[in-house]
Amino acid sequence: MNMTGQGIRAMTALSKSWERAVVPLFILAAWEVFSRSGFLPAALLPAPSVVLHTWGDWIFGFDETSQGNTGRWLADALSSATRVAAGYGIAVVSGVALGIAIGWWRWVERTVEPTLQMLRPVPPVSWIPLAIIWFGIANKPAIFLVFLGAFFPILMNTIHGVKTADRNLIRAASMMGATEQQLLRHVVFPAALPSIFAGLRIGIGAAWMLTVTAEMVAVKSGLGYVLWDSYYFLRYDLVLAAMASIGLLGYATDALIKVLMSAALHWQHGSTLQSREG
Amino acid sequence: MASIELRNITKIFRDAKRKRDLLAIDNVSLSVEKNEFLCLLGSSGCGKSTLLNMIAGFEKPTEGSVTVGGKAVDGPGADRGMVFQQANLMPWLPVWENVAFHLRLKGWRKADRRDAAQDYIDMVGLRGFENHFPAELSGGMSQRVGIARALLLNPQVILMDEPFAALDAQTKMDMQEELVAIWQKQRCTVVFVTHSVDEALVLGTRVAVMTSRPGRIRELIALDLPRPRDTTGPRFNDHKRHILNLIREEGLQQRQAAVA
Repeated sequence: MNMTGQGIRAMTALSKSWERAVVPLFILAAWEVFSRSGFLPAALLPAPSVVLHTWGDWIFGFDETSQGNTGRWLADALSSATRVAAGYGIAVVSGVALGIAIGWWRWVERTVEPTLQMLRPVPPVSWIPLAIIWFGIANKPAIFLVFLGAFFPILMNTIHGVKTADRNLIRAASMMGATEQQLLRHVVFPAALPSIFAGLRIGIGAAWMLTVTAEMVAVKSGLGYVLWDSYYFLRYDLVLAAMASIGLLGYATDALIKVLMSAALHWQHGSTLQSREG
Repeated sequence: MASIELRNITKIFRDAKRKRDLLAIDNVSLSVEKNEFLCLLGSSGCGKSTLLNMIAGFEKPTEGSVTVGGKAVDGPGADRGMVFQQANLMPWLPVWENVAFHLRLKGWRKADRRDAAQDYIDMVGLRGFENHFPAELSGGMSQRVGIARALLLNPQVILMDEPFAALDAQTKMDMQEELVAIWQKQRCTVVFVTHSVDEALVLGTRVAVMTSRPGRIRELIALDLPRPRDTTGPRFNDHKRHILNLIREEGLQQRQAAVA
């Protein structure tokens, strides 16, 4: 009986992964057919098989189809990922800390928040000229941009999380003798955590977007740089491979945050719609 | 010495929107003896919860003073355990961590907290549910956790704000019985706010019947009924009739006042 139960579960898991694969597989097949039909010059829209080949060479360096980039994918991916990690890390620490302070103390809100709210609508990309002037052409302007992009969503969601924390829990904790610092650490922070995680997930998307943008203009390495450089050399297969790489890494980091989130918010299990997600 | 002493308490709420003052509590004096089980009985809006919140330290009287164990109350503290109308458990902590939350604040080690929590979890009959999360508990079980959490403070007084109001009749009866048993065993002072005449008569050693708008204490009734209390017995019903009459009179006076 146990065996059949497991068997059924394995079957449903398999059919579920099929469900997920149907749409991408269909798109890839249609694209392959369309590219090979000769409707467009092959160089303008390389077929998925061509992209995959170039991508493979970029990663493993087997036949130098990707020319100067052959075998350098890992280094490119790492330099992009490092920028994301640095800028995002700074944004998480400062966004959560400042968000809690703004949400909790009215005087911090009154003094700090208006300034931040005026800076918020300025698109991070428009900081590029200043970032280059201040930090030169290297990692720093990219990290700065990543920070800007990730900081505001994390900040806003943290503020929201703190402000919507259940007052009754704070009352209960102060009944048990909690000091203000203990309230923040043991009640307000955990209560704001679901909201903070929402900010973290929006933030990581912005972080990848801005690393790539920065690498196109202000840095001479990374996936974004390869993408823009290949565009100048009309290597659209490499452009597409770079796009796919960025998508894949972005997806992977978001998946990582989701894993962290479900571990940290396991207590929501069974009480929210979100907990039904796989 | 009285355990809780309320002296000439007046509370005025400022209604900022309508620029009007609302007299919620008018010159209430009350003293609760050690080991007493006092029920504050009144309709909603009579200020009974406000009075309880003043003892807890969540609110300050506009005039008058509150002392607990001879010390003036100037804020919430662990010498007064409170059980709320909603259990107000930390949803991210399992049952035992909620019960031992006070010890977490005091920086106890995990193993010690776990040990200390067990006695109180057993006392409220939640053995086997230590690792459940609040979202997995029924209303009655959540309130048990709330009671265990208050008991673990080992407080001089326990304040209860209609803790059983949201429970079904059967669960409510069970919880009332257990609460009396715990109170008899722990020998603590309880102030219990309720709007149910039956509940007040089942639980209290004394009942303070409150009138509303402004809140005053209409009558203090000492109950010397034997426990467990027979809710159908003649003496129980005499008390009930008397209290219901008080409440009816009060309602009548208010309606007349409203007309005039």
